[in-house]
Amino acid sequence: MRTFAYSRADSVEHAAHQTTPTAAFVAGGTTLLDLVKLDVMRPSELVDINTLPLKNVEWLDDGRLQIGALVTNTDLAHHPEVKQHYPVLSQALLAGASTQLRNMATTAGNVMQRTRCPYYRDPAAACNRREPGSGCDARHGLNRLNAVLGGSDACVAVHPSDMCVAMAAIGATLTLSGPQGEREVAFQDFHRLPGDTPHIEHDLADGELITAITLDPPLAPAGSYYLKLRDRASYEFALASTAAQLSLDGEMIGEARVALGGVGTKPWRCPEAEAALVGQPAEMATFERAADIALGGATPLEHNAFKIPLARQSIIRALREATRLARQGGKQEGLA
Amino acid sequence: MNDLTQSAFAKPRVVGQRTPRIDGEYKLTGRAGYTGELLAEGMRYGYPVPATIANGVLESLELDDALAMPGVVDILHHGHFESLHRSPNSMAHGDMVSEVRLPFEDERIYYHGQYVALVVAETFEQARAAAQRVVARYREDDGAVVGLLHTDTQGELQESAGTSRGDPEAAFGGAEVKIDSTYQIAAESHLQMEMHATLAEWRDDGKRLVVHESTQGVFFQRNAMARIFGIAQENLEVISHYIGSGFGNKLFMWPHAVATAVAARMVGRPVKVVLPRQQDMTGGGNRPASRQRVRLGADRSGKLTSVIHDSTTETSWVHQYVDACGSATPSFYACDNVSTSQRVLEVNHGTPCPMRAPGEVSGIFALETAMDELAVELGMDPVALRQKNNAEQDPASGLPWSSKHLDECLTSAARRFGWDKRDPAIGSMRDGDEIIGYGMASCTWSAGRQPCEARVELRADGSLFAACGTQDIGTGTYTIVAQAVAELTGTDLSRIEVKLGETSLPAGPLSGGSMATATVLPAVAAAVRDALDAIKEVAVGSGGAFEGSDADSLSAEAGGLTDGKRRVSFAEILETSKLSSVNGKGSAAPGDERSEYSFRSFGAHFVEIRIDPEISRVRVARVVSTIDIGRAINPPTARNQVEGGIVMGLGMGLLEKLDYDPRDARLINANVADYIVPTHADAPEIDVELLDYPDFKHNEFGGRGVGEIGLTGVAPAIANAIYHATGKRYRDLPITIEALLASS
Repeated sequence: MRTFAYSRADSVEHAAHQTTPTAAFVAGGTTLLDLVKLDVMRPSELVDINTLPLKNVEWLDDGRLQIGALVTNTDLAHHPEVKQHYPVLSQALLAGASTQLRNMATTAGNVMQRTRCPYYRDPAAACNRREPGSGCDARHGLNRLNAVLGGSDACVAVHPSDMCVAMAAIGATLTLSGPQGEREVAFQDFHRLPGDTPHIEHDLADGELITAITLDPPLAPAGSYYLKLRDRASYEFALASTAAQLSLDGEMIGEARVALGGVGTKPWRCPEAEAALVGQPAEMATFERAADIALGGATPLEHNAFKIPLARQSIIRALREATRLARQGGKQEGLA
Repeated sequence: MNDLTQSAFAKPRVVGQRTPRIDGEYKLTGRAGYTGELLAEGMRYGYPVPATIANGVLESLELDDALAMPGVVDILHHGHFESLHRSPNSMAHGDMVSEVRLPFEDERIYYHGQYVALVVAETFEQARAAAQRVVARYREDDGAVVGLLHTDTQGELQESAGTSRGDPEAAFGGAEVKIDSTYQIAAESHLQMEMHATLAEWRDDGKRLVVHESTQGVFFQRNAMARIFGIAQENLEVISHYIGSGFGNKLFMWPHAVATAVAARMVGRPVKVVLPRQQDMTGGGNRPASRQRVRLGADRSGKLTSVIHDSTTETSWVHQYVDACGSATPSFYACDNVSTSQRVLEVNHGTPCPMRAPGEVSGIFALETAMDELAVELGMDPVALRQKNNAEQDPASGLPWSSKHLDECLTSAARRFGWDKRDPAIGSMRDGDEIIGYGMASCTWSAGRQPCEARVELRADGSLFAACGTQDIGTGTYTIVAQAVAELTGTDLSRIEVKLGETSLPAGPLSGGSMATATVLPAVAAAVRDALDAIKEVAVGSGGAFEGSDADSLSAEAGGLTDGKRRVSFAEILETSKLSSVNGKGSAAPGDERSEYSFRSFGAHFVEIRIDPEISRVRVARVVSTIDIGRAINPPTARNQVEGGIVMGLGMGLLEKLDYDPRDARLINANVADYIVPTHADAPEIDVELLDYPDFKHNEFGGRGVGEIGLTGVAPAIANAIYHATGKRYRDLPITIEALLASS
């Protein structure tokens, strides 16, 4: 058997020192254990962090909401403060995975989840992300699920998270704790573009642990909407998704946030599209223009060209719905 | 022939009544032992090593690291395996297998996932870890045939699979209205809940082989294994008490079972292999992709003058499987000029095999979509077109139907659905962002029957025992056997024990082809009657409870015998005569009625789809179906089969597709996250009506079987509804988001 050592972290401070470069922290295990069984991840050591005191959700004095790394996806999705002030995050969480997985999966684990590219998950295939220098079978293979934004010659794998798309739209900061102490990283800088080094997925040093994610203050009064488009109605990763938030100033758009899922190699914030929305009339022509800008740099592969028009549709509809909700004073309803 | 209209089951008390599954408690409490859960003393675990290429040669295996791992007992492979024989692979002799090639037979690799080795270890985890450590080196050859839909190659004509009557080509040429369309359906996976699994054990110094298998046919597997291992059938036992469904891929044995039995002999202990989902999907069967051309000719009134249905399906290099798409076509509509043809093309996939409504479900998609195209061309209501061409007798055989009520299916389902509210104009029905589409299709499946034997015991403790070597694949066979026994004896269901799924029992049929119910119940009834004769003889005999009476004056009532004045329970009769039990044997088989009538079920599906074109989203909102299956022996489980078929049809229509890499024919979505089937959230509102016209010409119970018909006709009804909503005719399945976007 491929054996590994198992230990339980007794404190955040010690967790970093308990690990080696080939170790992995384990919380819900919903990605890690799956990939270990597929022989894709081969940690020499698992450091169980489930008993660490990282399960709180609380407002900071500066109006930001801090989420402990170990808050489960279920608890976060149903947390009253999240539902009231960050409904797009609740919607995105509930659009992901299944109830059983959300009950196990944690906030930081969701940030750390690996791509669903089929070639990454198959040890017999070439994959630079899994095995640097081995090549990329997805680029000329069945790449229906792969990225149209942020890809490189080395890798076109999609970041699969829904939660992260909402966080990218909201804006957030990660708190990392490691051997060198504590530091903070902006959410949009945490996930890396693949470039020539797709195996380096995050800005996370050896031994560093995500302890908290702090959301930017909520936009108010605003409407927000998470729209996830996929083949079936549930339990499938996004082919294209949009997290949209906007506030209205009369008939004009005040602030706007747009992030995309299912199409990018990382959770894909669209600052140019946001700029094209601000101060413009909240109407279809504006949304269409913003969608075109958001996807201006999109590059299709052989089997995923449909993702570009599909993402365009998701952006326009999500903006339309966010506007409708903003007009209702930000009052939210059920999922898309 | 049997005139069964005076059937004992004309006015049944238990048969046809809502009956909870008698094995339900076992399943709910975990006491129902599925093959993968079984343990044997000293058992070892096997884990196959799958080929990572689809076309080439296995050049070498590096086993040293794997063999040195903890718990590893042995690794079987080409060159380190028993010399065996192939099964004759005969349907008639009951030894058909799914893949005739034996495991590790040569070094040629024909498909991704083909076993190149089997690791045997003390634990499952050790076996899997060592299997991942085996290094296989291949010479990959060019020219892998990726799939039928990746090539224009014609395939080989199967002369035996074609039919023709009249002059279809000439009639088509001269037709007033013509449809000529080509339809393509992607390969699908059975994705049955319980993976293939085998537990094999050699007993009596290696003379006797006992195999637990999740199978739809214990006798077929026994017979095939007897041929392969060269041992007497009497020295082989195959057991399958509970099966987590099969959908056809568990009808006939796969190589993993042979490899497991060999492993058990080589390591001298019981060995169990449960295929992981990936291997179940690569090498455990699939519905082959198909390409079909349908030509319809009709006059202006809508009367069909020609039907020409030409099909090609995939087969593999390791087994010849023909998925006969046109088999329902000659019987479907009244038309004088009809032909069907069938070709097959070898591809580098694990071999295809029957999958629920094999062949016909694909053929009916093509035919019933073409009929919708014809209705549009004629400006005719699609229901009216079907009624116009209703076949009053079987046009293929010329025989009258045993019982056919398609017209009532069409009218009843149309009424409940609200078909009269359909505005035929394209895209005319809207609700907010959504366009509503209404579509319909007819469905059908043949009603077959096989020979069968059964045994029944009446016991002194008051219980009854019934046994038959068929299987309950989750459809409720245990329960309907108990219902039949209860009906004929008046015994409470709680006192009836049913045993199925063992080759030590009287020979029973495959659980397939929607034939099990009509096959098994008459044999059980015969066994009950034989047992009743036996207990009557006891009762009237010396010292018996009805000593001196005429046996013919006695009849069964409420778990005993009565002479009209006095009832004595079976238990008391046996007790009085100091007997532990009496035994009854029965057998039943189709008879002369097969040459006097045609037997086939029909029905209709009506589907409402809702499409939100601005986000390319199609969802099936509602399905209303009426199906005529004769009598439903247990209505809830029968309806459940149709409902399940409808959900499966939704997957076929909109979601399901095995994805083979166009470069090398590797299957890349062999898991339940990437191979997309409907979830609960996709399941529409479903309203199934089962007509109740017992078909006593088919058998004395009046049931025709229900496992497959519900799936047929669903996908075309969906495609026809999408046409109604969008004006776009989709002839390729599944109808993907890409396809919707491409035509918008």
